[in-house]
Amino acid sequence: MKHLLSTQDLSARNALRLLNVAEEMAAVGQREIKKLPALRGRTVVNLFFEDSTRTRISFEAAAKRLSADVINFAAKGSSVSKGESLKDTAQTLEAMSADAVVIRHPASGAPARLAASGWIDAAVVNAGDGTHEHPTQALLDAFTLRRHWAKLDGTPSAGTTLAGMKVLIVGDVLHSRVARSNVWLLTTLGAEVLLAGPPTLLPVGVGAWPCTVYYNLDDALAQRPDAVMMLRLQAERMNAAFFPSTREYSRRWGFDDGRLALLDTMGLDDTVIMHPGPMNRGLEISSAAADSPRSTVLAQVRNGVSVRMAALYLLLSGDSQDDPQDDQPENQADQPDQLATTPEGRTP
Amino acid sequence: MTTDTTAGSTATPSATEYLILGASILGGDAADLLIRDGLIAVVGPEAADAASRGAVTIDAEGLVALPGMVDLHTHLREPGREDAETVETGSRAAALGGFTAIHAMANSSPVADTAGVVEQVYRLGLASGWVEVRPVGAVTVGLGGQRLAELGAMAESRASVRVFSDDGICVHDPVLMRRALEYVKAFDGVIAQHAQEPRLTEGAQMNEGEVSAVLGLTGWPAVAEESIIARDVLLAQHVGSRLHVCHVSTAGSVEIIRWAKARGIDVTAEVTPHHLLLTDELVRSYDPVYKVNPPLRTSDDVHALRAALADGTIDVVGTDHAPHPSEHKECEWAQAAMGMTGLETALSVVQHAMVETGLLDWEGFARVTSVAPARIGRLEHQGRPLAAGEPANLILVDPAARWTVDPSTMATKGRNSPFRGLELPGSVRATFYAGHPTVLEGRLATPRQAPAASMTGEAPAWNI
Amino acid sequence: MTVPASKSGIHKRVVLAEADIDRALTRIAHEILEANRGSRDLVLLGIPRRGFPLAQRLAQKISAVDPAVDPDLITGQLDVTMYRDDLRRNPTRSPLATQLPPSGIDDKVVVLVDDVLYSGRTIRAALDALADLGRPRIVRLAVLVDRGHRELPIRADHVGKNLPTSSRERVRVHLAEIDLIGGSAVNEVVIEDRL
Repeated sequence: MKHLLSTQDLSARNALRLLNVAEEMAAVGQREIKKLPALRGRTVVNLFFEDSTRTRISFEAAAKRLSADVINFAAKGSSVSKGESLKDTAQTLEAMSADAVVIRHPASGAPARLAASGWIDAAVVNAGDGTHEHPTQALLDAFTLRRHWAKLDGTPSAGTTLAGMKVLIVGDVLHSRVARSNVWLLTTLGAEVLLAGPPTLLPVGVGAWPCTVYYNLDDALAQRPDAVMMLRLQAERMNAAFFPSTREYSRRWGFDDGRLALLDTMGLDDTVIMHPGPMNRGLEISSAAADSPRSTVLAQVRNGVSVRMAALYLLLSGDSQDDPQDDQPENQADQPDQLATTPEGRTP
Repeated sequence: MTTDTTAGSTATPSATEYLILGASILGGDAADLLIRDGLIAVVGPEAADAASRGAVTIDAEGLVALPGMVDLHTHLREPGREDAETVETGSRAAALGGFTAIHAMANSSPVADTAGVVEQVYRLGLASGWVEVRPVGAVTVGLGGQRLAELGAMAESRASVRVFSDDGICVHDPVLMRRALEYVKAFDGVIAQHAQEPRLTEGAQMNEGEVSAVLGLTGWPAVAEESIIARDVLLAQHVGSRLHVCHVSTAGSVEIIRWAKARGIDVTAEVTPHHLLLTDELVRSYDPVYKVNPPLRTSDDVHALRAALADGTIDVVGTDHAPHPSEHKECEWAQAAMGMTGLETALSVVQHAMVETGLLDWEGFARVTSVAPARIGRLEHQGRPLAAGEPANLILVDPAARWTVDPSTMATKGRNSPFRGLELPGSVRATFYAGHPTVLEGRLATPRQAPAASMTGEAPAWNI
Repeated sequence: MTVPASKSGIHKRVVLAEADIDRALTRIAHEILEANRGSRDLVLLGIPRRGFPLAQRLAQKISAVDPAVDPDLITGQLDVTMYRDDLRRNPTRSPLATQLPPSGIDDKVVVLVDDVLYSGRTIRAALDALADLGRPRIVRLAVLVDRGHRELPIRADHVGKNLPTSSRERVRVHLAEIDLIGGSAVNEVVIEDRL
């Protein structure tokens, strides 16, 4: 992996490897000294063209726990002008010898453009681009789901997939980079994905996605999902005639107290409720649902740091752009073999 | 092709006779042609005998002789954006691409919405002398879609404008469109519509479909084009006017135009070379070189457009040559300008997509690239048969040539060719514009000197 | 004990067979107990991947001498991947789990266990990793094979076998817990040399 731009082009093996590494990173978070020297002397730039304190802080913590130097560059509202901004900014960062650029941008494809342009040599990590993808969010969601799934199964998380799991994603899929990244990643990891939302907020062309689409949330819940992921409803959509009113949206598509009770009635004791945050309480999710024991919202935030550590580590260590497992030089016996963490690698 | 001079003289611009030996006329039998005084003087075995001793001889064995291509849809950017293109650079690119006439779209700055601006562009074209440059007049003042521009004044100006278009912007007000269609009947004009329903395409970035769903780019739905075409053909029928539809891009549009033609509606349609070859799959790269309006569509659309061009539902190929300075493409997709260059690749792309697929022969190629566009633009001296007594606007093409597109070597200022790196067939070896070779040996030769009378406004430049 | 050269043109020589390995580990186990004057505060940390099964085997042997010792409670694994000094020069490595015994390592006598001691860089990384996890009273090093060519001032306290090698050669340790060769579990130490 040279860049992390989308989950659509992430192979199952690379996705699992990243999640497995994230498990080890999570263990570091439990230690007294929560720091590893792996990226000492490397520079990670957080290049944010859009405000997102949560994501920025998560990446910053991840980079710092790996001992990287972090530069935060909030391009929004600065003198960066339209059109030339991305190229000029990229060249500035190149001149500062950035090793990785974590980019959040309102334009779909901006990270891919940065990675392919030749303006910069650094590894590019997509921290959310327009309505395209948000791969680290999907990875932390998958990480959270996998821990839940493995726990139910009584097996260690590392190495397991999401095979057999049914995940329902609800809301504004059309404008959601979180939904897109999750659809690709979760299906790659073996999960079955269901989408539910108003027809106006499902993209034309969704029929080609590897998902089942429901226009009625209760019909979708009747499929007995193992996880329900509620998408945030962006304020700017509320007045753009995608649906008649927020009240109607909330009644038809919100995860309210009635639907929370329904899970109990249906005997779905192990079904979790997810939300990428920040939540519109009372709109797409009720407070009771958000704060219920089913909610994984805080676990998702916590896991974000581990997953982002894994991403930065895998992108920045090593001199090879190839997947090392494909072309592995023989090691001296002095060195541990470079194998992905597998169940056998975990000790009792 | 080799160019030879007999009697020891050299091929200078002043040479007035050209003897073309053994060119395949429209892909058919080989024949000799003698070009003299701006006309095709002789076609056939007696051409060599008729040539004077100073005639320049061109060995055209293996080359196809075609009428010079006529583009109904070129953006020359002058006046206003001379950093993107000028009449001079654009018409050089046109000559190299095998064109002898191009229509300069009205979206310059200032907009070509007055007799003054169209005459300026016209005069710049004459001064350049590489091809015939015919300005397109704006339909509405400033392309604003509010008030009709002075269409009559532009028609009666020295530029004799016959094609009117707000291209880049749709004349979406139905009443305004109706009035425009009616009004240009007074001087045999035609409205060339950029069919794009504005509300359905707010913020649109690419074709709306499976690819846009994945890429998270705002969709430009086919219905936004088709609904305007449907409305316009009915308006044209109602008022009995001529309508030309620019850059048709969808299979649905083809069906509507086919229906309209079957009903006898006087509609003509155009397709760009890029819509005959490229699909929205290319957008997955997010490389703005593939950003264009209307957007690249699906392979089903591409095949429907090819079939329509072959069966005459679509009448012409128009390049929609749209050069942009590199900074307008070296950015994020959403901020990038729409448009692609096309003049220097049109022949090769159409040969590749239409001729080599067996959909068109060279005669059909001449129909869609020269005869039909000249008729729509009312250019009586272009798109003519290759016969004695006809104006010598013709090209010699090597259909067996193969070349790799390299935008950095093009004559246009635009480097935004979506065909970069593709190997394409066919190369223009010579272009004769009004009997004067603007291209020889596949390279620019010399521009034609405008007749003095045309510069003073007494006679049109092409009046030979 | 010379194995015919394989098709790949690599000459293989078995230098320790299963019984040799077992004898060496028995001796090391006794040395560890002797140096520590018993099993008190002992923790054996294997360095992945092959150091860990060696640590387990040593713990078994210690337990055989001192039945009061539960081998599982004194054994752990120490991953050093993130502390290596060559992360940028080699293809990306995935870290493996670090698992400490329930008693932790603070004020313990930690014996690092690895299969082959070569440049010493792995042990340097292990010492750094250890420092981030706690503060042992004493740290010792046990290796199955010391092949020389040290690049750092590091030496082993307990060595199964000293093997003079050329740097061109490779020392491969195969342990039944991890390595399957031709479908069967093998315990051996092999020197490979390109012909």
